[in-house]
Amino acid sequence: MIEIKDLHKYFGDLHVLKGIDLNVQKGEVLSIIGASGSGKSTLLYCINGLEAIQKGEVLVDGVSVHAKDTDLNKLRTKMGMVFQQFNSFPHLTALENVALAPKIVKGKSKAEAKEIARAQLEHVGLGDKIDNYPSALSGGQQQRLAIARALAMEPEYMLFDEATSALDPELVGEVLDTMRLLAEEGMTMICVTHEMGFARDVSDRVAYFHQGIMEEIGPPKQIFGEPTSEHTAKFLANVR
Amino acid sequence: MNEPISFFSGFGPKDLWFLAQAAWQTLIISVLSISAGTVLGIFFGWILSESKIAGAITLGFVLDAFRSVPLIIQLVLFYNLFNVVGLAMNPFWAGVIILGVYTSALVANVARGGIEAVGAPMRRAGRSLGLSYLQTMQHVVWPIGLRAVFPSWVGVALGVLKDSALVSVLGHPELLKVARDLITRTQQPLLVLAVAGAFYFALSYPISRYAAHLERKWQS
Repeated sequence: MIEIKDLHKYFGDLHVLKGIDLNVQKGEVLSIIGASGSGKSTLLYCINGLEAIQKGEVLVDGVSVHAKDTDLNKLRTKMGMVFQQFNSFPHLTALENVALAPKIVKGKSKAEAKEIARAQLEHVGLGDKIDNYPSALSGGQQQRLAIARALAMEPEYMLFDEATSALDPELVGEVLDTMRLLAEEGMTMICVTHEMGFARDVSDRVAYFHQGIMEEIGPPKQIFGEPTSEHTAKFLANVR
Repeated sequence: MNEPISFFSGFGPKDLWFLAQAAWQTLIISVLSISAGTVLGIFFGWILSESKIAGAITLGFVLDAFRSVPLIIQLVLFYNLFNVVGLAMNPFWAGVIILGVYTSALVANVARGGIEAVGAPMRRAGRSLGLSYLQTMQHVVWPIGLRAVFPSWVGVALGVLKDSALVSVLGHPELLKVARDLITRTQQPLLVLAVAGAFYFALSYPISRYAAHLERKWQS
């Protein structure tokens, strides 16, 4: 389980996260929605330890992410992360992209790592692209490659940072379908997203962020049906 | 009656062999100094890209000095300085060391550009997979960044190959030194220089062809 307690994050003088309290249970799918600059993506970076925090605490299965004696590299293997930019490694084939971390971080043999990579690429529907370089893949395929790459570390949590925002509209569907598939398989997921359909249909809970504050959180039915915050209502009215 | 001793004689097949041996010396000097200078230069470039303040002030200044002072001055200056401080070495090794440091100053800037071109998102992607800082450098940032600046590196390497001619001022019998000696003897400067030039071309051309081949391979 991921526990976030009174999390504060500053970029210089800018107070980006103003005291976030949030728990995510195993098996849960949480969607985080809100306007750009509301701190959603920063929260994901803080959970993964990619950004330092100024106050509060993030616990992943009881281990404090920002404690000095935490082995972050080890902890990160529990959390797969998919970014807005696909970040495929351009010098490696699809198979090598996925096999890299199991080989380097987990010390798997070359053959084992390749087997894991092949399985994960088939999992996300890229079984016929294993020898392609990223430059030969579409945006949607590159993003599915990024998902397979994260899954190859057998994470217990998946963090999605606007995974479909950089995609052409016709390519969004295939990535959302892959995310849906993971949710059905029981993966614990935190998805920062602008896809309201996905947030409504797939999530167990939806959180609305407004200017560094988590305005409200609840089941999608409630958030989309009868939001208690006027900010939420206004945001939802605008995105529809 | 004895034949008159002549100090001057024409360019013969044997001289071609002399030049070939000298070209071999040029090749060895170049390969050694380019290899060492490249490894050192990548290391310097990495330091420059990581430490913006301390690195830029100290290392950056030293490298700028090596890039700005004409190589011929560096060669004569340091060769004599080595002697003065009791580190006397033959012209070959002095040439390799000075040329190597000069190369590293050129490569450092090229490497820094490549490493800095790999942005934060790509590095974060590596770190988020659990790779350590060094693993991310080794498997993600360096391969991507250094391939991007490979054409510039080839330019540096070919430049150093030609600049190795300046080691002749230290007296080591590399291509240009031997060519000049032959000119003195044969009094056929055009022919000798043309042959020496052909040797330089023969050394450079395979490198640039192979580099072009690698670039094509990486692009596909």
